[in-house]
Amino acid sequence: MTAAGRVHRLRIYALEARYQFLMVLREPAFAIPTLLFPLIFYLFFGVVLGAGSFSAAAPTYMLATYSVFGVMGPSLFGFGAGLAMERDSGVLLLKRTTPMPAAAYLLAKVAMAIAFGAAVILGIFLLGAHGAGVELYRWQWFALAGVVLAGVIPFCALGLAVGAWSRGRAAVAITNLVFLPMAMLSGLWIPITIFPAALQDVANALPAYHQAQLALKIIDMDGGQTTLLHVSVLGVQSLAFLAVAALGFRRAGTGAVSIRPGGTS
Amino acid sequence: MSETGVARLSGVTHRYGSVVALDEVDLEVRRGEVLAVLGPNGAGKTTAIHLLLGSLPVQTGKATVFGQRPDAPEVRARRGAMLQISGVPDTLTVGEHIDLFRAYYPTPVSASGLLAMAGIAGIEGRRFGKLSGGQKQRVMFALALCGDPQLVFLDEPTAGLDVEVRRGLWEEIRRHRESGRTTVLTTHYLEEADALADRIVVLHRGRVIAEGAPSTIKARTAARRVRCRTRVTGDAVASVPGVVRSETRGQHLEVLTSRPEALVRELFERDPDLHDLTVVGAGLEEAFLALTRESDEPEPVR
Repeated sequence: MTAAGRVHRLRIYALEARYQFLMVLREPAFAIPTLLFPLIFYLFFGVVLGAGSFSAAAPTYMLATYSVFGVMGPSLFGFGAGLAMERDSGVLLLKRTTPMPAAAYLLAKVAMAIAFGAAVILGIFLLGAHGAGVELYRWQWFALAGVVLAGVIPFCALGLAVGAWSRGRAAVAITNLVFLPMAMLSGLWIPITIFPAALQDVANALPAYHQAQLALKIIDMDGGQTTLLHVSVLGVQSLAFLAVAALGFRRAGTGAVSIRPGGTS
Repeated sequence: MSETGVARLSGVTHRYGSVVALDEVDLEVRRGEVLAVLGPNGAGKTTAIHLLLGSLPVQTGKATVFGQRPDAPEVRARRGAMLQISGVPDTLTVGEHIDLFRAYYPTPVSASGLLAMAGIAGIEGRRFGKLSGGQKQRVMFALALCGDPQLVFLDEPTAGLDVEVRRGLWEEIRRHRESGRTTVLTTHYLEEADALADRIVVLHRGRVIAEGAPSTIKARTAARRVRCRTRVTGDAVASVPGVVRSETRGQHLEVLTSRPEALVRELFERDPDLHDLTVVGAGLEEAFLALTRESDEPEPVR
């Protein structure tokens, strides 16, 4: 590819990401739950109630788990609900007839999830440090932010699978059905150690659980399983979600066609 | 592919489950023309467009654009499309949508040029979701022209718009025609095809049932069906002015004609005893049906 061609391609990726970000930022139905809910939850459960609850360490524990929760939201909703609605509106179909590389569209959503996730993490860290007196080493703050942000990979893959198999408004409901129960069962709201054993087994099957355990390792509050186990499970699950998504797209033609037989043609 | 052809479907059959959307369709788009694909809802127009856009896989037959696969990168860069079921996100402004779509193409038209071409100068700062139906269609038209395309597909560009807005959009499409680019538009309005096209292909139940200049198609779809019991044969009236087609079916003579009065006068002169006379008026939909029956196909069960 020529230098001019590379610049042209880079510009498509940059603009696609910029407008994806602006588009969801201006959509209150997306921006408010994904940006504000994790912050409000952490403020209430971590900062206000946390200090006096099961442990003095609760604000620190929740700092990690609500950050994971904060990255999970934009990843799941951007891909799950966002993709399904953009497919229904026909804009995805239209874009697929243009020279836009499909990767630019997908990476724009990943970039948006990272930007929203980073904003939530920053907010939670500020609340934790200044509101709840959480004290960590400098390297721990950075490592925690990095590990939590890496969660966009499994969560975006899961969102893509949901988006590939559901349509329009139903996708919002399905995404919520994945998002909220998984957050609770993975110990993002309250520590998994106070769950019955059967529920703890369920948690082991959930990506959010493994993502949270990796984050908790940074602050020495994880359940004691190995890093290798968590990373392996997350890797295998991410690949499985991508495969499920690919199947869904294949079923729907090029992943975007919504021509109904016998309908307006 | 012939020298003048820029896009073509050859022997294309397309099914959705047991529903046949296109049945052995041959369609050629010639360089520089405005081709209207005319037909009622469910005729297979959108399916044909999506095969040429590469957004539907070809099941049987062949689809080519500029001699290549419809989804080839070089084809995407030289083609534009306005789709029937398509909006762009409500929360971005007109100017932002145009900025993004221009970036996809190697040699885009200037943003101000696009706004002028689509007749939407002055609304670039408004969000797409706040626009009227007509303005939205004009934005989609502008997005189709972003890449300075040599071939443009407009799938039902004025569907759902009121008459005045529709005529306004026709003006933009007509001006675009002057630029000598190739345009394919689908419509179920004969009036629209007549106003905009150089050539019309009539699609009905997945088959091409008529093809020609707008004047020819108008004459054929304006036809009346005259039916009577008479000893005059179909061949005998074939040369009567206005007759599109005539035949004897059992004891009945059936004639499709654009001038039923002339035909009936002629028939009474030749056979004063004729009886059981009916003249069936044909709206566009009926004319389509009349044209379909000409091909002697049994009606598909739907």
